[in-house]
Amino acid sequence: MADLSRDRWKALITLMPSVVLIAVFVYGFIGDTIYISLTDWGRGAALALDPQINYIGFENYTELFTGFIDGRFRQDMVNAMFYSVLLLAGAIGLGLFIAVLLDRKPAGEAVLRTIFLYPMALSFIVSGTIWRWLLAPQGGVNVLPTYFGFDRLQFTWLTSKQTVLQFNWQNLLPLLLCIMAAVLVLSGFGCLRSRPRRAAWFMGCGALLGLFVAVAGSSLPQALFMEETHGFNLATTGIIIATVWQYSGYTMALYLAGLHGISQDLADAAQLDGASQFAYYRHVAIPMLRPITISAIIILSHISLKMFDLIFAMTGPDNGATGHPALLMYLTTFRANDFAKGAAIAVVLFLLAAMFIIPYLVSSYRRKRRGY
Amino acid sequence: MNRFLAKAAVAAAAFCLMITAPAMAAAQDKLGGTLEIFSWWAGDEGPALEAMIKLYNKQHPGVSVENAAVTGGSGINARAVLKTRMLGGNPPDSFQVHAGQELIGTWVASGRMEDLTFLYKQQGWMEAFPADLIKLIGTENGIWSVPVTVHRSNVMWFVPANLKKWGIQAPADWNEFLEIAPRLQEQGVVPLALATNWTANHLWESVALASMGADRWDALWRGEIPWTDPEVVKAWELFGKVLQYTNDDATSLSWQQATDMVVDGRAAFNVMGDWAAGYMNTTLGMAPGKDFGWSASPGTGGVFMFLSDSFGLPVGAANRDNSLAWLALVGSRSGSDAFNPLKGSISPRLDTDLNLYNDYSKSAAGDWGRDRIVGSLAHGVTANEGFMSDFASVMEMYLKNRNAGQAAMACHAIAVKNGIARR
Repeated sequence: MADLSRDRWKALITLMPSVVLIAVFVYGFIGDTIYISLTDWGRGAALALDPQINYIGFENYTELFTGFIDGRFRQDMVNAMFYSVLLLAGAIGLGLFIAVLLDRKPAGEAVLRTIFLYPMALSFIVSGTIWRWLLAPQGGVNVLPTYFGFDRLQFTWLTSKQTVLQFNWQNLLPLLLCIMAAVLVLSGFGCLRSRPRRAAWFMGCGALLGLFVAVAGSSLPQALFMEETHGFNLATTGIIIATVWQYSGYTMALYLAGLHGISQDLADAAQLDGASQFAYYRHVAIPMLRPITISAIIILSHISLKMFDLIFAMTGPDNGATGHPALLMYLTTFRANDFAKGAAIAVVLFLLAAMFIIPYLVSSYRRKRRGY
Repeated sequence: MNRFLAKAAVAAAAFCLMITAPAMAAAQDKLGGTLEIFSWWAGDEGPALEAMIKLYNKQHPGVSVENAAVTGGSGINARAVLKTRMLGGNPPDSFQVHAGQELIGTWVASGRMEDLTFLYKQQGWMEAFPADLIKLIGTENGIWSVPVTVHRSNVMWFVPANLKKWGIQAPADWNEFLEIAPRLQEQGVVPLALATNWTANHLWESVALASMGADRWDALWRGEIPWTDPEVVKAWELFGKVLQYTNDDATSLSWQQATDMVVDGRAAFNVMGDWAAGYMNTTLGMAPGKDFGWSASPGTGGVFMFLSDSFGLPVGAANRDNSLAWLALVGSRSGSDAFNPLKGSISPRLDTDLNLYNDYSKSAAGDWGRDRIVGSLAHGVTANEGFMSDFASVMEMYLKNRNAGQAAMACHAIAVKNGIARR
């Protein structure tokens, strides 16, 4: 008994420094950022030794989402959304594809694996600069065909001014409700077999919400007093290509490890049952990789929220078409000296990252408690 | 014995030398230690800064100069680094800053700069610089920086031989440009080369100045006319028309690459400040007047839109005496004349030696004495950093949707927010 409590003391003393440091330098600073985002720090002598700071509540947030002059922030949020979705789809799809190919043990597998993983080792500034040259309208990829006597390509990977999939920010509320309804209905479908009662409940709510938006959508309050369209800027294609290139090697490594972990007996059993190679991957191997897919999604989605140096290197800081909230936060804070609004953008990003990570933490905690 | 005496004599002589040599040097100049100069002159402006540092080292051999330059056009990165250093209580000994509201609205308002009036009086600068300039870099509480350059923002660059080949002349106003431009496009030439985003702001101020005229331009910054004035909306509309004739890949180019387009004959014109003259003359080795030509940007003849690089003294500089010696050099005639001919700018001093300058700078210096002078927005003279940063966002909105009315309204909103316009 005495031994046990002494061990506890030792453990406590050993952990104390890191607990204190994390409490101050992580959670303390998060709290400070949240507090600053609720003030008006950034007017007049913002950089004075003793600046005047007043508490103004949620004004900064209201302005960011519905203020007239913060259209840049909303565009950047939409960009970030498209970056995340396309980075996830691209890196996971490509990574899985390469992993399955390498799992078939082609000649020189180890060399190929190194080659595919290598982009991870490059810093974003370096790969961004290389990709900027490759995708420049006047050079790089576009002039390749001229070496073979063809015409120059006209791709504008980074400088296109076209926007597709446009929507109007005025209709923010109905749009959000629509998305919520869709999520409810889909999750209803998800647990239709395992928990039919809960599924019915979800789907009913979703359907009701959808009906409400369809009927009363036009009478809902509008976010802005004038039209403001945002959408998928084609100029972001180049940045997405570069990010997918950088991270598909990483997801490939994750999947490859997972595939190697599947016992050979399963593959043999599938073969005995007459499954083709395709059927083996489709029905046996890939479903077993689900935990890996989930962790890849968590890692890549918070990376896509932190994107900064790649965009800075490829299209510069002041480029609305390819902007990103993280970049805007830097400009707002360190160029415009608007510390409060910069902090508000940081908090929005923090909450978005939490949206991805907290459900993951909760589910893994639950799994541990249930003992599997 | 003799040999011992000789050795002793040599040793004694050496000992005396060792003691007296530093003392003699100290009699010339007692400054020692280090001096950290913070700037964003790392690219093609580098040689000019090096020349001035060399001059400083000749005057004060005991000081080792640290050139803390941070790259990035127009100083975007450098200003961010500077802010973290100043807030962290580790200011450089002296830093480059655009003279005018960019300095005053940020660092003077925060009480982090030393008043340099005493240095101006001591060095006789009250007479050496134009009174208008001193007014712009000071407030009623003092003078805050020492200007080293004067640049002109509203210049249009071209290659005379190319214009002759295409059968055109440099346009006197934007209407003329809009007539010429389609003809150039037919010949496969980009009428106006544009680069990354801050150069769009740079082009905007030239177009707006031409569209509004100098009086309205000044009134705008004094808050006497609102940004929603029809004249301002008209300026945005004209800007939109001009943008139609720029290159598609602008956002991926640096300003040097846009100038290269003119030099290579891929584009006809480029509106850029006169550091482009320094680039073409010093870096590319082209002769002004022969290999490249210039005129005031369309519709702004007789108006000199200026900006100025200057150095200031932050409160709490670690090596204040070295820094004061640096500022004395920056404001002196010899310092100015070592720096400006290489950078392609002109000296703010009235007694400068024009023989050192190239043909372009001579013509600019002549205009500086003759023309109506207005301040530049894109380079920090007329507005504080808050407005400038917000304006960059408005420009982004405009480049995307080309809505002149909305841009004017947004400008008004940010002018109110940053204390330039009244409600």
